[in-house]
Amino acid sequence: MQLNRRGLLGLSASAAAFAIGTPRGRAADPVKVGLILPMTGPFQSTGRQVDAAARLYVQQNPAATQGRPVEIITRDDAGVPDTTRRLAQEFVVNEKVSVLAGFGLTPLALAAAPIATRAKVPLIVTSAATASITQASPFVVRASSTIAQTASIAGDWAARNKMGKVVTLVSDYGPGIDGEAWFNKRYTAGGGTIAASLRVPLQNPDFAPFLQKARDESPDGLFVFVPSGMGAAVMRQFTERGMGQSGIKLFGTGDLTDDDILNGMGDPALGIITSHFYSAAHDSAVNHAFVDAFGKANGGLRPNFMAVGGYDAMGMIYRALEKTGGNTDGEAMVDAIRGLSFESPRGPIAVDPATRELTQNVYMRKVEKRDGQLWNIEFETFPAVKDPANTKA
Amino acid sequence: MSDAAATAARAAAQLDRLSRWHPAEYVFWALAAASLLVFPSRYLLISDIALTGLFALSLDLVLGYAGILTLGHGAFFGLGAYVAGIAATHGLRDPLLGMALACAAAALLGAATSLLVLRGSDLTRLMVTLGVAAVLLEVANRLPALTGGADGLQGMDVGPVLGLLPFDLAGRTAAVYSLATLFAVFLIVRRIVHSPFGWSLRAVRANPLRAASIGIAVDARLSVAYTIGAAIAGIAGALLAQTTQFVSLDGLAFHRSADVLLVLVIGGVGWLYGGLIGAVLFKLMQDQLATITPQYWEFWIGLVLVALVLIGRERLAAWPRALWRRVAGRQPA
Repeated sequence: MQLNRRGLLGLSASAAAFAIGTPRGRAADPVKVGLILPMTGPFQSTGRQVDAAARLYVQQNPAATQGRPVEIITRDDAGVPDTTRRLAQEFVVNEKVSVLAGFGLTPLALAAAPIATRAKVPLIVTSAATASITQASPFVVRASSTIAQTASIAGDWAARNKMGKVVTLVSDYGPGIDGEAWFNKRYTAGGGTIAASLRVPLQNPDFAPFLQKARDESPDGLFVFVPSGMGAAVMRQFTERGMGQSGIKLFGTGDLTDDDILNGMGDPALGIITSHFYSAAHDSAVNHAFVDAFGKANGGLRPNFMAVGGYDAMGMIYRALEKTGGNTDGEAMVDAIRGLSFESPRGPIAVDPATRELTQNVYMRKVEKRDGQLWNIEFETFPAVKDPANTKA
Repeated sequence: MSDAAATAARAAAQLDRLSRWHPAEYVFWALAAASLLVFPSRYLLISDIALTGLFALSLDLVLGYAGILTLGHGAFFGLGAYVAGIAATHGLRDPLLGMALACAAAALLGAATSLLVLRGSDLTRLMVTLGVAAVLLEVANRLPALTGGADGLQGMDVGPVLGLLPFDLAGRTAAVYSLATLFAVFLIVRRIVHSPFGWSLRAVRANPLRAASIGIAVDARLSVAYTIGAAIAGIAGALLAQTTQFVSLDGLAFHRSADVLLVLVIGGVGWLYGGLIGAVLFKLMQDQLATITPQYWEFWIGLVLVALVLIGRERLAAWPRALWRRVAGRQPA
């Protein structure tokens, strides 16, 4: 009897839920873009930024070539790779999307890449930054950057400016290890010395013991790579220990001073130098328009480099559709995306036809206060930087 | 003398009645099979639900029947996923073979760690199981050559099931394979639960001291139950690896253990169908809410959980019954 009641309850509920779950009627014409992003969990700011920017692009450009509307469907993978994979599969099979985009973290992108290959659907990475992703499938294109791109420039710049003895501190996962490797390679090639390379666990990191270790080496500089969002914790503990006063220079890739949270870091962030491909303070007409429109559409939110990745992913899709004359065949789209070049809010970008990575400017920036707000102000430009990891010399 | 014989006969008849298949059970499995035909566009979700249900079933054996509190059941799930995944990257393409390896590996780990788990009380068990899962996660993270580290395991190549059914993009094979595995394992668990061994587990859960004094080897029984639970969790992990052809550290993450506990609590602990129905409800709720509001679905799930606890599952179950009585009452007798 017990079983009966419970069983019936469960079954009727599941039947009802399943009935809601069947797909609704399909509109024939729009080009569908399936965005898979972490909208909940620790990386939700990535999802929010990319989603908002992609939608802004569609709002500004309601129709792609020949008046075909573009429709964005967003799903949350909560940063769980097998969910990403299932959503990608369902997008391809059920929704018949023409493009998959998003992917907040490297494992998420790698989980979905085989689907892109099997279904012959372009997969545009808006955020994840490990170099190996574009090798996982010939249908993967990157709209953000690789860590190698920004970290190697940080190495070049530090070597040129005679930083001296440097300790590196990175999060212990794919991009962090990439960042450490490329910074060390270029910095030592330029004549610098690395005193120690420290890796901090990605999950629930406590930076204090690592910062202490770094301090024990009494270096001249501390190079940091942590995923977007964790920079604030590093900065706070760095300041609390008075490491800045003892003459250690904190610098890193732009993930450290992410525009989304930079204002919340307060004055300790002032003067920090980072290398990155996008700053909301980038001085160009395209960027000013982008930052204004993004803020208006999202209650004053400042776009960060994740947002510009989402915006440019849509830019690539629109331009590719124009080139193919509205043909959404996966191979044709990827061919059209290869070699695209246009002006993005971050500056001029071009898709390298060989590697499907972006060739873009990498800027050295310094955190400064303007009108009571903190900004990454660019002071030096390394023009047209290719991704060093995937480019065969 | 005849009195005792009569009592024994009555007890045997009672046990027999309890272990018999209830009509609702046939309906449940018929509906599960029918879901494959009715919702061809949701094969992947069906597969996901089936393997989550299997995972919850394994936890139910450990928690619901044997009464071992654990927060690290995900360790066996993740180990199973990695073993099946690594087997598939090293040329062992047959999914059933991979599953057998995963099951064996998880059982070994379960047997070994059951010795730790047996020591101490509930709180200690929570800590120990949590610790084992954390250690395993870090080991997988530190062996990128074997596990792919934080990037996840690449290049899995899983062959067709039984050499006949290749895994397709729509997920049909995955759904059939997961459901069939779930059913087969369910039959075994059902047999176990209704065996004298299963009843002795319930006796131990109710009162370990009294169980020991009537001659039940408490530690041995718990240890065996824990090992079986681990082995089944390993099978569920293998299903995940083979149907998604990808394994990442996430398979070992803490939220796996927490989620499966949630699933079991939604469906009902200490009841064979609890995990299965919990998996159906949890996954459908997650899927539907996340479609409607990708950003805030967790809020609604939380709300439903709180409501479920406040109202009480028994009362919820009583509502359709009362409704049925009213409908039936109106009809001429």
